Amino acid sequence: MSASASHLPIARPSGLPPVRPLMKAPARDPAFAARVLWLSLALVLLWPLCVATEFRLWVLWEPENRKVTANFVSSFWPLVYNAEFLAMLVRETWRTVAMATAGVTLSLVLAVPLSLLATRVLSLSALSGRMNRWPAVLRWCVRATLIVLRSIPELIWALVFVRVVGLGPTAGVLAIALTYGGMLGKVYAEILESGESHAAQTLMRNGSGRLQAFVYALLPSHAAELASYTVYRWECAIRSSVVLGFVGAGGLGQQLDNSMKMFNGGEVATLLLVFIALVGLADRVSAWLRKALA
Amino acid sequence: MTLPTVVAAPVAQTSSQEVAHPPYQLPPPIFDARCRACWFTAALMVLVVASFVSLELDWAAFASMEAARSMGRFVAEFFPPDLSPVFVNKVAWGAWETLAMSALGTAIAALLGLALAVPASRLSNQDSAWLRSPTRWLLNALRAIPELVWAALLLISAGLGPMAGTLALALHTSGVLGRLFAEAMENVPTGPGDALRTQGVGPLRVFAYATLPQVLPQLMSYTLYRWENNIRAAAVLGVVGAGGLASCCPFTWACSK
Repeated sequence: MSASASHLPIARPSGLPPVRPLMKAPARDPAFAARVLWLSLALVLLWPLCVATEFRLWVLWEPENRKVTANFVSSFWPLVYNAEFLAMLVRETWRTVAMATAGVTLSLVLAVPLSLLATRVLSLSALSGRMNRWPAVLRWCVRATLIVLRSIPELIWALVFVRVVGLGPTAGVLAIALTYGGMLGKVYAEILESGESHAAQTLMRNGSGRLQAFVYALLPSHAAELASYTVYRWECAIRSSVVLGFVGAGGLGQQLDNSMKMFNGGEVATLLLVFIALVGLADRVSAWLRKALA
Repeated sequence: MTLPTVVAAPVAQTSSQEVAHPPYQLPPPIFDARCRACWFTAALMVLVVASFVSLELDWAAFASMEAARSMGRFVAEFFPPDLSPVFVNKVAWGAWETLAMSALGTAIAALLGLALAVPASRLSNQDSAWLRSPTRWLLNALRAIPELVWAALLLISAGLGPMAGTLALALHTSGVLGRLFAEAMENVPTGPGDALRTQGVGPLRVFAYATLPQVLPQLMSYTLYRWENNIRAAAVLGVVGAGGLASCCPFTWACSK
């Protein structure tokens, strides 16, 4: 080995392009004009939106509104924590959780049969090519029902039921049951269709019933996913059961509404803190459960 | 020359010792103190039963003749649909207002979320990020309070109307987006940023030319997804009088309060 070879200039093979000199970095942003154009276009589009939403932030700064806001916010402190209020707080917090739990339980009663009816994997006629006409129509109808149930927000259902059964948790539980029944039914059907359906098909080809095929083939392979989605929905139900209190379904929301109407800032602040803690707790419990289930 | 001696590896013997027909075993007991699933199921059943028992649910009122009649009257009111030009105009305006509220609220939330996501994320190893946990607490609080509660709170200072609803959407969504943005920024590859930083480029320009271009597509997709959610949320904000489509609904705010 000769050491002198490394001192020689490296001859570039003839096929490669010549070495280019280093490019000079541009002094300013090359896309400057385009950015300014898009930004100003967006600002122009923003104008009708501001008009439609009566977005006049200076209204907040008017002396009268400012005084009301300052009074309300300054009454947040001290928090209210006398024994009577705390007892009510515990009762209403439990009622919120109970409303969510009962609502999700009832929604399962609705969602499980409907999702079994809606899922294509459990069709006997679809085993040999196309599904027959009437089963297909039935499945389509069940799916449409689920879509209708799901697309009406629980708040609107609650407003309807408050008119029918009066104020109280029954309206909230029914509202959660119907909306969440639609959501869970649709997602359950999709989860069942998403996986490998070979085992279920084999069972049904060999003469087992559809319910047996579900219990022994589909359920074992999808149980974790189904359970974790249900837990996630329970967490969402806790959040929405607070909101349902605003239309008179009881729980923390109704107390919050009452305190706000009476401009009792201390109670509002305490309720908000409890509410944030409850949502955080439900978040943690649900994340832990879903990790344990997976 | 001596060859290395071959050490005989122990032959796996387990397979030959397995019995062809395992003896019949009893199924495991239904309840076992070490079985976590059993405890979980038991707790779940207690929770469900306690919920139903403690809620004093009034099924009698729901199943009564009175309720059926009122439900029937309510459904009968649906027909015929009100197609008078005045009402249709009102609904069209309500729909446009809902769309505008959701779009403006999401746009404000995206800006506010980005502003909060920067202090809420640790952008480099040298970054002490002392604001990280307080900002995350703020984002969690913004996120935990639903739009409807924000709207009810803001009605006090902003008055009835779609502005309270827009601000409510903006506050709740900025909590959601801020957290998502912060996580996106923390997960971005640090190479481009480090390259600029070793050249002595300041933090603002590192953010604008290294971090932001990498996360921008993800931020856009989060924002558009939340916009879709906010259209739905804006539609029901009228229930508390904060503008949107539900303000047109005859049995909501105007009647119930």
